[in-house]
Amino acid sequence: MGEPAILLELEGITKEFSSVRVLDRVCVSIRAGEIMGLIGENGAGKSTLIKIVSGIYQKTDGIIRLAGKVTDIPDYITAKNLGIGIVPQEFNLINYLTVYENIFLGSELHKGLLLDKSAMREEAQEQLHLLKMPLDVNKAVSELSVAEKQMVEIAKAMILDARILIFDEPTTTLTAVEVQTLFDLMHKLKQKGVTMIFVSHKLQEILTICDRVTVLRDGKLVSIDQVGDLTTQSLAKKMVGRDFNQVFPSKIDSKGKPKILEVEDLGSGTLLKDISFHLFKGEILGFAGLVGAGRTETMEALMGLRKAEKGSVRIAGKPVRIRNAKDAVAHGLGYISEDRQGKGVVMNYDIPKNISLISLKEKYLRRGLIDKRAEDAASEHYIKEFKIVAASKKSQLRYFSGGNQQKVYLARWMDTDPSILILDEPTRGIDINSKKEIYDFIHRLAEQQISCILVSSEMEEIIGMCDRVYVMREGRMAGCLEKEQVTEENIVFQATGVKKV
Amino acid sequence: MGEHTIVSYFRKFRFKDHSLGMAFIILLVIATIVGWPNFLKIRNLTNILRQISYTGIISLGMTLIIISGGIDLSVGSMTAFVGGISIFFLNLFGPTSPVGIVLTFLFALVLGSVCGALNGLMVSKFKMAPFIVTLGTMSIFRSLIQYFSNAGTILSENMDYGLLGSSMFLGLPIPVWFFVMVGIALHIILNHTSFGRYLCATGSNEQVAKYSAINVSIVKFLPYVITGFTVGITAIMWSSRLNCINPSDCSGYEMDAIAAAVIGGTLMSGGKGSIIGTMMGAVMLGIINNMLVMGGISAFLQQAVKGFVIIVAVLLQYNNGNK
Repeated sequence: MGEPAILLELEGITKEFSSVRVLDRVCVSIRAGEIMGLIGENGAGKSTLIKIVSGIYQKTDGIIRLAGKVTDIPDYITAKNLGIGIVPQEFNLINYLTVYENIFLGSELHKGLLLDKSAMREEAQEQLHLLKMPLDVNKAVSELSVAEKQMVEIAKAMILDARILIFDEPTTTLTAVEVQTLFDLMHKLKQKGVTMIFVSHKLQEILTICDRVTVLRDGKLVSIDQVGDLTTQSLAKKMVGRDFNQVFPSKIDSKGKPKILEVEDLGSGTLLKDISFHLFKGEILGFAGLVGAGRTETMEALMGLRKAEKGSVRIAGKPVRIRNAKDAVAHGLGYISEDRQGKGVVMNYDIPKNISLISLKEKYLRRGLIDKRAEDAASEHYIKEFKIVAASKKSQLRYFSGGNQQKVYLARWMDTDPSILILDEPTRGIDINSKKEIYDFIHRLAEQQISCILVSSEMEEIIGMCDRVYVMREGRMAGCLEKEQVTEENIVFQATGVKKV
Repeated sequence: MGEHTIVSYFRKFRFKDHSLGMAFIILLVIATIVGWPNFLKIRNLTNILRQISYTGIISLGMTLIIISGGIDLSVGSMTAFVGGISIFFLNLFGPTSPVGIVLTFLFALVLGSVCGALNGLMVSKFKMAPFIVTLGTMSIFRSLIQYFSNAGTILSENMDYGLLGSSMFLGLPIPVWFFVMVGIALHIILNHTSFGRYLCATGSNEQVAKYSAINVSIVKFLPYVITGFTVGITAIMWSSRLNCINPSDCSGYEMDAIAAAVIGGTLMSGGKGSIIGTMMGAVMLGIINNMLVMGGISAFLQQAVKGFVIIVAVLLQYNNGNK
């Protein structure tokens, strides 16, 4: 018997960025064939550590041993050749190339001077077959879902016979069903003897899939434990360094409140059909469904950001016409997009400029010119209210953590004094403390009689926050769940049309 | 980690903020040495300012276009076109009509704005690539003015028209005054109005702007109109200086206008730029030219030096953005 051999040994890994230490003498040994979880809050050093292992960053100090031999990993290509593959958080796929072309990108097979396309197709097909991925190798990547793109990334790593496969927060953009598919795949890989490092800040996932888990905090190693010795509670405590129990605030009962928003038969192209729902004043309404079910599209159509051919909208009982986002803002609607970096904050703007972007004309003009003092004063207020952490309010948003960017984004919409706020995946990619702050914030809004729609793929979030949940499936409304009906099982059933096994 | 990058950013920002000013001063010192003693003579300095003001005025509008994420290659041909048509218009009035001159000035501003609006419409409404659109209109304007003039010089018949372009006011040539006034106006528009704010936001990330209830079409349209307006001013300044327009005049203006903006720190990828920077960039280009002339370097090499300076400026931008 005995312990399996150590495959990858990190000893005293230290990384400094211009003399600031982001990793401090971290020691981790990873055994051959295990799934090692790597968990920590944003900024704990998880990404830095795996980037060192995959050759993207260079360690300042420390030793890496691969299969017992001291190894230097000066760049990404070396890592590839050593059999270290990474499935990145943001995919490095080229949209207009096909699946097999992406799988072989950078390691193409040749026949003489020319590409051997048929061999690549065949081998890609075989690889996908081995991994039991139902994908057509000739399909363009742009036509794939997020989960399928991830499969391509995995196949891309596996085609090089990766011995160690690193998953960098792979589940962030996946729905519950897709996460299950990913885990099945990881089990298969494990049976093939692949060693995996699974980076996440989702406690439950780590406990489900990993054998052992490494906890990092502030660049330091906190612990390495067998998963069996841990609970979500104890793991959370290790991660944040203090007790962390009550994540969700108490629910708000919106019984007997008037309807503030009524949407009827909303339709947009082939994406949305017959969407009807209503929202009570001061309610936190959930929108659940798989990625691509049309939740974001519904909200965009409602906000006038997407053309809606059909449907009527009433706000506080009065019919309204919303042709563009400006109309929506004028009617008191606000929309926090799921794509914070792509559609949310202006990265090269500072805090005041970001916050005043929508309310500029209404609030900050004096004789036609921007009153920068008023802008600054408003920013100070929001920085305090949302506990935004920044070196200075004049620093650009691109230097902020995800959580702080999200808070600035929220502040911008709060500054428009909305009566209805739509939050689309508001906690995606942010750390657990910021998450809790955002939950509390949504709760406070509801208490102030501001109605919220929470669109989320995170089951716990929907169940924890909402009293009433609409579930969408393939561009249609699949159903509405209330109170004790709001369970994971019911949501999955409505979202997929099949009972959970 | 986050805090550190912020600190280092501020260090870098300060250096970068001053780097243009430092380059300006160093250039001034070198020019003084190379061109001693003539460089520092008032007459030479006002001459430099006059020379750069023609493309300088246009570069101010161009700065807004580049910030919006676009480009305008047609400004040179447009200047010749607007200038030529304006002289035709001027010649409708008598040879000594001051009213004619005033009306012609207004006419040029309107015509320039309309030409710019044409570019803007195709970019914002029809969502065409600015490079392609203005490459097309560049040919169109040039070809039209050559056709209308029968490829000959268009002469002004107004006796007083030439005064406008060659006179001085408070010791500075008239075009320089326009350069400064347009500069101040656009600086205020860029930094102190909602339009300026929306412009940078749109150039930085169009999606974010759209999702922030900003009318992106108008924001992308207006810079072209403003640039057309600046073209109108330059067309009058240039044609009144010579009292005529040659249909092949003003080619290469787009190069100088883009160069001034880039040297002044405007990002070619959009989202960020400064009018003051562009004004300094334009003056620096003028000093470099003047210096080469005084240093006895072949006029043929001047374009090469200009090209070199642009590449270095973009290289500096690129490196700063990547750190």
